[in-house]
Amino acid sequence: MTPRQIIGKIGLWLSVFVIVSPAILFFLWMISLSLKFEVDNAAYPPVFFPDRIAWKNYADVLASNRFLTYFVNSLIVTGSSTLLALIVGVPAGYGIARMAAHKSAIVILIARITPGLSYLIPLFLLFQWLGLLGTLVPQIIIHLVVTVPIVIWIMIGYFETTPMELEEAALIDGAGRWQVFRHVALPIAKPGVAVAFILAVIFSWNNFVFGIVLAGRETRTLPVAVYNMISFDQLSWGPLAAAALIVTLPVLLLTVFAQRQIVAGLTAGAVKGG
Amino acid sequence: MSALTQSTPAAARSDAAPEKELRPPSYWPFVVPALVVVLAIIIFPWVFTIWMSLNEWKVGSPTTFVGFSNYLRLTSDPRFLEAVGHTLVYTVLSVVLPLILGTLSAVVFHQNFAGRGFLRGVFIMPMMATPVAIALVWTMMFHPQLGVLNYLLSLVGIPAQLWVFHPATVIPSLVLVETWQWTPLVMLIVLGGLAAIPTEPYESAQIDGASFWQVFRFITLPLIMPFLFIAGMIRMIDAVKSFDIIFAITQGGPGSASETINIYLYSVAFTYYDLGYGSAIAVVFFLLIVLLAAVMLYARQRMLWTEIASGA
Repeated sequence: MTPRQIIGKIGLWLSVFVIVSPAILFFLWMISLSLKFEVDNAAYPPVFFPDRIAWKNYADVLASNRFLTYFVNSLIVTGSSTLLALIVGVPAGYGIARMAAHKSAIVILIARITPGLSYLIPLFLLFQWLGLLGTLVPQIIIHLVVTVPIVIWIMIGYFETTPMELEEAALIDGAGRWQVFRHVALPIAKPGVAVAFILAVIFSWNNFVFGIVLAGRETRTLPVAVYNMISFDQLSWGPLAAAALIVTLPVLLLTVFAQRQIVAGLTAGAVKGG
Repeated sequence: MSALTQSTPAAARSDAAPEKELRPPSYWPFVVPALVVVLAIIIFPWVFTIWMSLNEWKVGSPTTFVGFSNYLRLTSDPRFLEAVGHTLVYTVLSVVLPLILGTLSAVVFHQNFAGRGFLRGVFIMPMMATPVAIALVWTMMFHPQLGVLNYLLSLVGIPAQLWVFHPATVIPSLVLVETWQWTPLVMLIVLGGLAAIPTEPYESAQIDGASFWQVFRFITLPLIMPFLFIAGMIRMIDAVKSFDIIFAITQGGPGSASETINIYLYSVAFTYYDLGYGSAIAVVFFLLIVLLAAVMLYARQRMLWTEIASGA
């Protein structure tokens, strides 16, 4: 290597270090906060590596009955709204792609632009009239606002790129459109469904604004539960940081392990809900 | 792109099997369930919101039709007008900073280095993480006495700041979080753009002895402009609507120093339960976003015309 190349190499690594460190340092600090006793969290100058590790912070969060309830709530809301979105959204993406009905994408665009709170006002009243407040149903339904557009958008893009030849052959052989979809188009589109699934799960799991309006004491999802902890435990940073980390851990793991799908989905559709 | 690819197979199908044309246009059944859902959760709320905005509609009291008076009220509501100002400042900063940093990061990630895939995964973690969870940690970091940010500042000799606890610094501090969170999205979009650039211009620039900056300014930047525009548009739409971070860190405070339209909308609709007025804000808010998008499209068109006119 010439000196010039060596300098270039060092420069490259230095810039990589600079751009990645805000993310790395933040999450390391988050872990540090969650593993420290109050003495260490209130110390100045701040302590990065504590002498004693407070596993207790995690134990406390996990042992609390409520937290388990909220975790199950989050699982139910995210699980149901993602599943429903896949059931209606994957065929819809297929239909729109095959009919080349690109104007229908405008509805998805509107959904993308609309602030989440605008849905909440009318739907809040509707749920009130239907007497559904106090159950998880309103949150499952309103999370569809996030998950359905993501699924449709990604599936349109995906089905447009899958080859038509096999489908045509199957049609000529006398298969019905539904059979073609079920046995020819869908298997090919599996990677696309995976992308849609992952993104829908993440954005539904992360959603905060719907829960803060619609959730009651028993129906909070994890982001809402963590937010409510702030007001009560203003000073105990350790357990708070531990709770925050537990809430976001599933999503972070997904991000690391399903990075390729996430990148593909975000750059193709660049959709985000809420 | 798709109009072309779609027409050919359709034509081929009708040639090969004319009897299939007798079928009704049968892709509709695939779309109907989604159509029902979209009507119920997207179209109906919109129609209903517009109707509510024309009424005096408070939870617990009878509703009366009041025409456009909710909209007129907006024009003389100082808190709303202030919120519009906050939103614009917040949005401009939260579009420009991630665009600059995201582009620079994309240039770095476009190079080859060991562990690139893994580090890219780490780099995008801020935008995938649960916003409320990271807002919580940022709140701790912003703490004037115990926060790690003031400690870091003290290391380089900068006096302690009040961050989100002072009206003058609250919006820049929130923009810092927003930038940290969303620079990765700009990076990903621009990275996609960089991957699509042909190598020839770079080769000839190298032969001509162009500097790194010249290459970036005169080759890379013009070629990734369409991608920057898309990233800027998406960033604008998200920044205007930003809610989780602001709400979880400041709730619009101190006072109303960081109250954006979205936060004000929340207070009106779900703290005061003034749903008619809230609906009017929601409608105006939506129109504002559409207007901003239109302005950006227009600016982009103007840029293209100037480029063509100047023969570039």
